[in-house]
Amino acid sequence: MALIDLANPTRFLALTARILPWLAIATAIVFAVGLYLVWFAPDDYQQGATVKIMFIHVPNAWLAMAVWAVMSIASIGTLVWRHPLADVTAKAAAPLGAAFTFLALLTGSLWGRPMWGTYWVWDARLTSVLVLFLMYLGVMALWHTVEDPSRAGRAAAILTLVGAINLPIIKFSVDWWNTLHQPASVFRVGGPTIAPSILTPLLVMALAFLLLFVTLHFAAMRNEILRRRVRAMWLMQAHAAS
Amino acid sequence: MTLGPHAAFIIAAYAAALVVVLGLISWVLADHAAQRRLLADLEARGVTRRSDKAEAV
Repeated sequence: MALIDLANPTRFLALTARILPWLAIATAIVFAVGLYLVWFAPDDYQQGATVKIMFIHVPNAWLAMAVWAVMSIASIGTLVWRHPLADVTAKAAAPLGAAFTFLALLTGSLWGRPMWGTYWVWDARLTSVLVLFLMYLGVMALWHTVEDPSRAGRAAAILTLVGAINLPIIKFSVDWWNTLHQPASVFRVGGPTIAPSILTPLLVMALAFLLLFVTLHFAAMRNEILRRRVRAMWLMQAHAAS
Repeated sequence: MTLGPHAAFIIAAYAAALVVVLGLISWVLADHAAQRRLLADLEARGVTRRSDKAEAV
């Protein structure tokens, strides 16, 4: 099957029916391995056991930005090629991205209180991630405001692409401005600054959350395709009755 | 393994992640069941999509 064939909604449904169970199993296994490694990971020499919050905070923070990037690429597909699966991709990803961003903010707060002495500061990193969360809610609201999915898709695509400006601001906020948040310690020039005993569980947990996103995204895309079929059939029924 | 003096924050963070992940899984499964039910209901009433009719020809 060529990659382009997957852009057909019927073929995509057939594919998801085959691979979703395997993705779900892989996600559960990687989470089990990740949590096992987290359990036995050493405490940080300064932060003690609170470093364990990092194993869920950081993967969710990465996904918060990655999901918006996925939505941005899909939005280009919507605006340039007007492909129906492109806005299905973006719409299905938005609630997942919002949930990951919420978790990044919440776990960050719970990590900040014992380490910084406060749940929240209005610095560049925290504020720009809060803006990202509000943009996710805005895109989701827009999808629910416009009834016609193709019109809603185009409006949401424009908002998504405008919002993509926030991604480099989030990434480089810790370098551009003074902030309580620590600078990049994994994806940085010169390599990670984290010890392997802590980096390994972090990367495994990141893979687990990535697999969770892929699984849920495929499932949510399948649901959205079915929702559009239901809508098309309702419209046909109403047209036939009139 | 001991969680130290800030155990409540660590437990709260993992509990929140568990609740959100289970919530997402439940939402996706419930939505799938709802859409399948609506499709089955429409098909039972004889409503089909244009593409279904084309495939049947």
